[in-house]
Amino acid sequence: MKRTMIYKRFERFWHWCQAGLIFFLMFTGFEIHGSYSVLGFGKVAQLHEYAAYALMGLWVLAIFWHLTTGEWKQYIPTTDKLGAVAYYYLIGTFTGAEHPYRATSQAKHNPLQRLAYLGFKLVISPAIWISGLLYLFYNNWEAWGLTGFLSLEYVALAHTAAAFAMLIFVIAHVYMATMGKTVFSMIKPMITGYEDEHDETPAKKK
Amino acid sequence: MKTYPTRLSFGQMIIAIMLLMLGSLPATALDRSAPSTADHTQFKQLQGPFTSGPEVTEACLSCHTEAAQQVQKTTHWTWEFEHPETGQMLGKSNVINSFCGAASSNEPFCTSCHTGYGWDDMRKPPPSDGNAVDCLICHDTTGGYKKSPTGAGHPIYEFTDPIDKSITRKTDLANIAQNIGASSSQNCGSCHFYGGGGDGVKHGDLDSSLLTAPHSLDVHMSKDGANFGCADCHTTSAHSVTGSRYSTNARDTLGIDVPGHTDQTRASCESCHGPAPHSKPKLNEHVDQVACQTCHIPEFARGGVATKTWWDWSTAGQLDKDGKPQTIRDEKGNLSYLSTKGSFRYEENVVPEYRWFDGQTRYTLREDKIDETKTPIDLNQIKGSHDNPDSRIWPFKIMEGKQPYDTVHKHLLVNHVYSATDDTALWTNFDWVKSLKAGTDYAGQEYSGEFDFIETRMHWPIAHMVAPASAALDCASCHARDGRLAALTDFYMPGRDRNIWLDYAGWGIALLTLLGTLAHAAGRIIASRRRKNV
Repeated sequence: MKRTMIYKRFERFWHWCQAGLIFFLMFTGFEIHGSYSVLGFGKVAQLHEYAAYALMGLWVLAIFWHLTTGEWKQYIPTTDKLGAVAYYYLIGTFTGAEHPYRATSQAKHNPLQRLAYLGFKLVISPAIWISGLLYLFYNNWEAWGLTGFLSLEYVALAHTAAAFAMLIFVIAHVYMATMGKTVFSMIKPMITGYEDEHDETPAKKK
Repeated sequence: MKTYPTRLSFGQMIIAIMLLMLGSLPATALDRSAPSTADHTQFKQLQGPFTSGPEVTEACLSCHTEAAQQVQKTTHWTWEFEHPETGQMLGKSNVINSFCGAASSNEPFCTSCHTGYGWDDMRKPPPSDGNAVDCLICHDTTGGYKKSPTGAGHPIYEFTDPIDKSITRKTDLANIAQNIGASSSQNCGSCHFYGGGGDGVKHGDLDSSLLTAPHSLDVHMSKDGANFGCADCHTTSAHSVTGSRYSTNARDTLGIDVPGHTDQTRASCESCHGPAPHSKPKLNEHVDQVACQTCHIPEFARGGVATKTWWDWSTAGQLDKDGKPQTIRDEKGNLSYLSTKGSFRYEENVVPEYRWFDGQTRYTLREDKIDETKTPIDLNQIKGSHDNPDSRIWPFKIMEGKQPYDTVHKHLLVNHVYSATDDTALWTNFDWVKSLKAGTDYAGQEYSGEFDFIETRMHWPIAHMVAPASAALDCASCHARDGRLAALTDFYMPGRDRNIWLDYAGWGIALLTLLGTLAHAAGRIIASRRRKNV
């Protein structure tokens, strides 16, 4: 049995820490937003802040890792097979067609994933960081000369909008992860790091 | 013969040293609680006998040469306060409040809380003689000096036994004079706890329960807490006491009061606690916009003394079937009706209302036109807003009720309620027509003769009855959809505010995405089964 390493140890560590932190930040964030009351505003506001710092620290590590390993190239968008992958999700997955994309350690994301993750990294996350840091440092606006340009309301609404975008991304991402050759074939390499060759067999059966 | 010095064992030496130390203790320990350098019992001037308050004052002034002039410059004496920003002439002799109305025309009663003797006509300034100042009401330590409620500031000189009227007891002015001391909470409280006509009636955060306050009621005044008296914060210089309700320091940016460097007043929390008193930075980031009192006085009237929150003068004057004035109490024993005063509501453990406050209050004075269509009429308006940098969110007692006004000239009216002699006072004759005619005549107020009652409202800032930190409001008291600050809508507050359309859109798209994935998954399952069955 030949096994291919798809996700390296750091990448898996980064992915699952980020996933955990994002779930925690969404849970605490929507309580701060007033959507429900579980732990109490004061506690969740503090936990939200701590988790945000942890996630920012994780991102510093991840950016360093992506730059030094050249892994950032994995997110360069491509149109190659983009139509085929989209067609597979819309039609092929119901007719039992084979997934048109085969992940390798050199190109581990299909073209649709590349686009989605690039959007996550360049749009949703920066929107969350920038609005969140401004929100967090509201009391420093005056010292930083920002008072005239910003209002807390717009910053808070931008943060809320970005949080909704994150929630929608997570729902779609979690579901799309089940759409490999089998339900778990895409999730497993994110846990073990390896994609097993024999994973192909069930999908080929018809 | 040789003599040997007495030999002491080690243990005996220790005991000897301890005994020596014990013996020397009284000589070294300072009595900080009584720092006076004068024993007033030894003063010839104070031996008496005294027959009146002014006689005692003359004796005081023979040494304290400047004291009377100092007192006569203060608001305690003038009952006048020209507001530095609004220019309004305020003070007890001018304003109308939502309790007894106006002091004018009711002097011998209202001026029983004047720190002087014989001010029986408020149209004129108080008597200017030095001996008209009442030293004892603020400096009596015996508790034996009581102002007569109808004596225009004079004390009760002779008490009559309520059961056996033949038994009388004279107030021992000489003893009181020989035992004077610094003003205690009892002295201040003898007037300030009883404003509005009874214990706790007016302020809600000032009542007699503070004198025996448990730690839970007031961490500063409790014997188990800081054991402060009023004057420990309301510092006094040349008899002028700091702290004002008319012109409040709503945001003290000077911080801890260092002698020689700041404004010499401790009548703000920051004077002792500084501008960043919390260990959690997030809490300190609130102090520029939230007054300390807002979180640390979660409720007022917590000491078991109820405060009046509603006073409807319009029902006053209803006599019982025998033509006698009535006194009706509610189930808790608080007054709910008096023929002399009308209908009341009292409350305990009252949750304050909150307003932006920059320290400035503007009154609706006797001459000010009121708009009958905008009730309740604000007897004092609290200035402040989120965007005003001097403003902070403060807690207030809201006092409401109904008061007489001129339906033609549209202003509030001076009510004549007390007189020992005439037949126009409301409390003796229960006749509003006569009362208002007499009151306005006396005060020189324009009056058409047509009157009705209108709802009024007054704001009383809350600054006392500071609870232990463990009982302070938690974040969610305000950071919630319908929290304590729900009425202050001129700013965005996390946890309370949102854009409802953004929420609809966000949750809507998230739900559609979820439904989409579920539909997609169902499609996959059905398609997969069909393929197997083929």
